[in-house]
Amino acid sequence: MPSEYKLVLKHVDQAGYSNDIKCYQKHGGYKTMKKVFKLKAKKTKDGVTTPQEIIRKEVLVSGLRGRGGAGFSAGMKWSFVDRKSGKPIYLICNADESEPGTFKDRQVMYKDPHQLIEGMVISCYANDVNLAYIYIRGEFPEGAKILNRAIAEAHKAGYLGKGICGTKFNLDIHVHRGAGAYICGEETGLIESLEGKRPYPRIKPPYFPAVLGLYMCPTIVNNVETLCNVRHVMEIGGTAYSELGTPGNTGTRIVSLSGQVKRPGYYEIEVGKATLGDLIFGKNFGQGLLDGRKLQAIIPGGSSSKVFREGESFKIKTKDKAGKEIEKKIDLLDIPYDFDTLMKCGSMSGSSAIIVIDDSVDIVEALGNLSDFYAHESCGQCTPCREGSLWMSKALKRMRSGQARKEDADYLKNIAHKIQGRTICAFGEACAWPVLSFVDKFRDKFDERGAEDEARLAESQMKEGVN
Amino acid sequence: MGVNVKEQNVETVAVKVDGRSIEVPRTTPNWEGKPEPTTVLQACKHAGIEIPHYCYHPKLPVVGNCRMCLVHVGMPGRPGPDGKQPTNEDGTTKIFPMQLPYEPQTPRGVIGCATAIMPGMEIYASSPETKEMRESVLESLLINHPLDCSICDQAGECKLQEYSYDHGQAESGFEEFKVHKPKAVDLGPRITLDAERCILCTRCIRFTKDVVGDDSLGIVNRGGYNTIATFPGESFNNNYTLNTVDICPVGALTSDDFRFQMRVWFLKETKSLCTDCGSGCNVTIGSRENKMYRYEPRQNDAVNGHWMCDSGRLNYKWIGREDRLSSLKGLEGKTTWPTVLKDVSDHLANADKGSVAIIASARQTNEELHLLTKLAKHIDAVTDSVPRKGKADNLLMIEDRNTNTTGAQILGITGKRVGSKLSSIKKGIESGELKTLIVFGEDVTKHGIDTKLLKKVTLIVSDILHNETTKAADFLLPGCAHAEKRGTFTNVKGRVQKFMKALEPPGDALPEWEFLHEIVHNVVGLEDFKTIEGLFNQMAGEVKAFKDAQLSWAKLGDHGLDVEL
Repeated sequence: MPSEYKLVLKHVDQAGYSNDIKCYQKHGGYKTMKKVFKLKAKKTKDGVTTPQEIIRKEVLVSGLRGRGGAGFSAGMKWSFVDRKSGKPIYLICNADESEPGTFKDRQVMYKDPHQLIEGMVISCYANDVNLAYIYIRGEFPEGAKILNRAIAEAHKAGYLGKGICGTKFNLDIHVHRGAGAYICGEETGLIESLEGKRPYPRIKPPYFPAVLGLYMCPTIVNNVETLCNVRHVMEIGGTAYSELGTPGNTGTRIVSLSGQVKRPGYYEIEVGKATLGDLIFGKNFGQGLLDGRKLQAIIPGGSSSKVFREGESFKIKTKDKAGKEIEKKIDLLDIPYDFDTLMKCGSMSGSSAIIVIDDSVDIVEALGNLSDFYAHESCGQCTPCREGSLWMSKALKRMRSGQARKEDADYLKNIAHKIQGRTICAFGEACAWPVLSFVDKFRDKFDERGAEDEARLAESQMKEGVN
Repeated sequence: MGVNVKEQNVETVAVKVDGRSIEVPRTTPNWEGKPEPTTVLQACKHAGIEIPHYCYHPKLPVVGNCRMCLVHVGMPGRPGPDGKQPTNEDGTTKIFPMQLPYEPQTPRGVIGCATAIMPGMEIYASSPETKEMRESVLESLLINHPLDCSICDQAGECKLQEYSYDHGQAESGFEEFKVHKPKAVDLGPRITLDAERCILCTRCIRFTKDVVGDDSLGIVNRGGYNTIATFPGESFNNNYTLNTVDICPVGALTSDDFRFQMRVWFLKETKSLCTDCGSGCNVTIGSRENKMYRYEPRQNDAVNGHWMCDSGRLNYKWIGREDRLSSLKGLEGKTTWPTVLKDVSDHLANADKGSVAIIASARQTNEELHLLTKLAKHIDAVTDSVPRKGKADNLLMIEDRNTNTTGAQILGITGKRVGSKLSSIKKGIESGELKTLIVFGEDVTKHGIDTKLLKKVTLIVSDILHNETTKAADFLLPGCAHAEKRGTFTNVKGRVQKFMKALEPPGDALPEWEFLHEIVHNVVGLEDFKTIEGLFNQMAGEVKAFKDAQLSWAKLGDHGLDVEL
C-alpha cells in the first residue's frame, strides 16, 4: 500500500516544530548549505570544475523537474542562463501559488520558511546570484510576514548578507507581494510585475528569462517546492535523489488533494509511486469519496489541466522491464501520479493539484465556474485569450441560465480552438483546455442541457402563441 | 518592394514565401534603428506580401499582442546524430510545418512581427492554415467591437475595417452580449477615446511611453474589460498626443479638432511641410473644396520619422481665416498686379544705391529669399530678418520657430545672429539715409520700427494677415500661405525639402515668388525660368551650398536632400 514519502514536508506539522530558525537548525537546517560552501573546485581532464558547476551538475543529475506546472528539468533551466553577459544574474522564487486546487507551497512557506531560504541560498550560490526575490501571492500576507521574519533571522545568523558563513559569497533576498493576479505566476508576467509594471507576459522569443529576464538581465525563476528540493538534492546527492520516484520522474512531490473526498489535504509522495486511485481512495491519502457518492471526474493537475472522466482508460506507449517499447492499456485510477504518464494520457500533473468531482456535481456548472475564473484572470494583453476567455464564460453563463442550445458543445470547442496555441503565454491553453476536455468528455451532458432548454423554450413559445 | 539585396552586398538569408524563394537581409533596423534579425513580417514585405498587423509598428517596441500577424511556417529539421538535416526522398531538405507540441495534428502559427527568419524557413503567408488564424483573430477582435462603421470617424482609414474585408469572414459566431465600455472619454485636451472601439494594441501607450517619455497612458481592468486610461485626475496632455490618433488602427482615439469634420475619403492629400519651427516635419495636408481640414505627419526618417508635434499640427487655422489679406494696394488707387508691380519696379530701379532696406522673413521659401537677395545685391540694399524663439523639447520641436532660418542664412539674407542688423536699419530710417523699406511677412512695429518711423519711408509690404506694418504700407502685395504655393525650405539640419500646393489663395493673393520674379526681372533683368522648378534649379546652380549638394527640384523627391552647413 503506497504511503507518503516526506522529504520537503518532513517536519511540517510535526508536534512542536515551529517556523523559527532555531527549530530549523535543531532539525539539521542550514547544514547542507554549509556543506555546499565547503565544496572545492575539482580538476578534470577538461579543466577545472568550479563548486558552482558541481552543484549545477548534481541538480541536473538528480533529474529534478520544475514543481510549478510545466515540469521542465530544473538543471536544464539553469544551464540556459547566460553567464557571459556581464550583467547580474537574478533568481526569483515563484511563490505566486494561484492555480485553483493548489495549496502546497504555502505549507512550506508558512511552516518551514527556512527550508526555502536554504534552498535559495544554495541555488543562488550555484548560479552566482547575489540578489534574489520571493514573489509571493498577494493573498498570502501572513506568508510574506513569516518569510520576512525568517529572512531577518537568516541575516542575523550570517546566512544572508555579505560574506555568508565566511565565504566571499553575498546574497540578499527580498520578499515582494503580488497584488492578486493569477497571471503573475507566469514567469515573464511575474518579472514585469516585479519591475513595477502591469503583469503582461512577454513574448518568447526574444524575452527568455534566462537571457533577458528581470531588468533585461539573465534570470532564473523557480517554484518554491523546486527550490526546497534543491536543498535535498544537495543533502543526499543528485544520484541518490534520482533514485527517488521513478525514472525520468524523480524525487518527491507534494500533491494537493481537494474536492469531494473524505480526507482532502496535501500529501508528499515519491513521484509516480502512487496512482490516482491510491491518492483518492488510499487509506493513507484521500480515503475515498463521501458516503453514497460516485466518482464522476478528476482534474489531475490544477484547474487548467484536462479533465478525466470516470471509467476512462488509455493506451500508452511505455517501456517494459527489458527496455522494449510496448503499448499498454491503463485505467484512469491506475495512472501513476507522475509527469510523463499523465501527459501520455492527454492531461498533465501541472501543479500537482487533484480536484475530485463526484456525481453530485453539475458538469456544466463546474466548467462554468472554471471559465469564470479564467475570464476574470486573463490579463487581456493578447487578442485570442482576452476575447476568447470572456466569450467562453459568457456562453457558459447563458447555458447555466436556461438558454443552452444544442449546438453549444461545438460552439464552445470552436472558441477554445481559436485560443490554444495562439497566445503570448500558456494562459491560452490554461483557459482553453478545461473547455475542450469537459466538452469532449462530457459531451452528453452539454447536449442534454441544450436539448432540454430548447424543448422548454419551444413549449413556452407554443403556449404564448409565438411562432 | 523587392530590394535587390545581392547588389547591396549585405548578408542574406534564403527563405521561401508562399513557395517562392527569396533572399532577404539577415538583419533589419529595429524601432530604434539598431540591427536585429529580420522577422517573418519583414521578409514577407521583401517578397511583396503584406502580413496584416495591428500592434506592430516599425517605430515602436514589438510586443506581439494583437496576434493578427500569426503565420504558419515550416522549418528544416534539426540535424541528426550524423550532423545532417533530414531530407526528402529526392534529397532536398525536409521541411517540417510547425505544429502544436501537444496536438500534432493542429498547425501552429508564429507571430510575424517577432519571429526571426531562419535559413531554409518556409513562410506560408497565404495558406489555408494562416487564413484560418487570421479569421479567428479578426472574429475575436470584432466580437466586442461596435459594428457601426457608418457613424465611426475612422471609417475609410480603419485597419479593422480593411482587414475585415481582406482577411475576415462574413459572419461572426458570437451569440452573447457585447462588453460595454466608456464612450467619448476626454483623455486630454485634444484627444477623445471611445473605449469600445479600442482593440488594445497598446500602440498609443508605447508611443507615449517609449517615444515621448510620458507615462500618462495605461490600461485599467482585466481581460475583456481592459480599457485605455490615464491616471485618475491626470490629463493626457503632452505635445505629441495627436500622433496616437494617427497610429491608432481603429476609431478609438480621435482628434477633437478633426473628428466628425469630414469623411476621410473626400480629402485631397497634398505633400507639404510643417512651418511651426525649423525642424521641417513632413506633413500631408488633408483638404476639400479649398478648405484645409488637417495635417498628418508624413514619414521621413531623416527628419521626423512618423511623428509631429501637436502645436505644429494644429497651427493651420490661420490659413483659412476670413480676414486674410486679399486685396492688392498700389499708388493712386491702383489695384491690378501689372500696374502695381510696374510702380514698385520703377521705384526700386530709380532708388539711390544704399537707400533701400529689406526685412525678409525667415519663414519665406528659399526661392523667395533667393529672389530678394538678387534684388538686394543689385540695389545695394541691406537685408535681415526677425528671430523667433520658443522652448525646445527633446523630440521634434526646436527653439527656432522660424521655418527657414537656415535657408535665409545660406542665401545671405541674414547672418549668423538673425536680426542683428535691425537696429542699424532703424537708425538708417531715423537718419533719413534709408528711404525705402521692403518688408515680407513680418510686423516690424513689433521689432523696434514703429509706425512713426514707417511714415518716413516708402513702404513695400507683402504679408498674409493684417497688422500694423501692412496698415502703413504704400504698396501692399498679398502673399500666400505655404499651403497655397510651391517652394522649398531648408531645415535646421540643412535638409532642403519641397512642398506642394493644396489650396487656392484668396482674392488677389499671389505666390510671392511669382511677383518677386516680375520685380527682379524688371529691376535686375533676370530671365531664365518660368516655373518654380526652373527657379529652384537656377538657384541651385548659383548658391554654393546648393550647388555643392548638386540639388535639383526633381532630385529633392518627397523627402528632400541634405546640404553641408
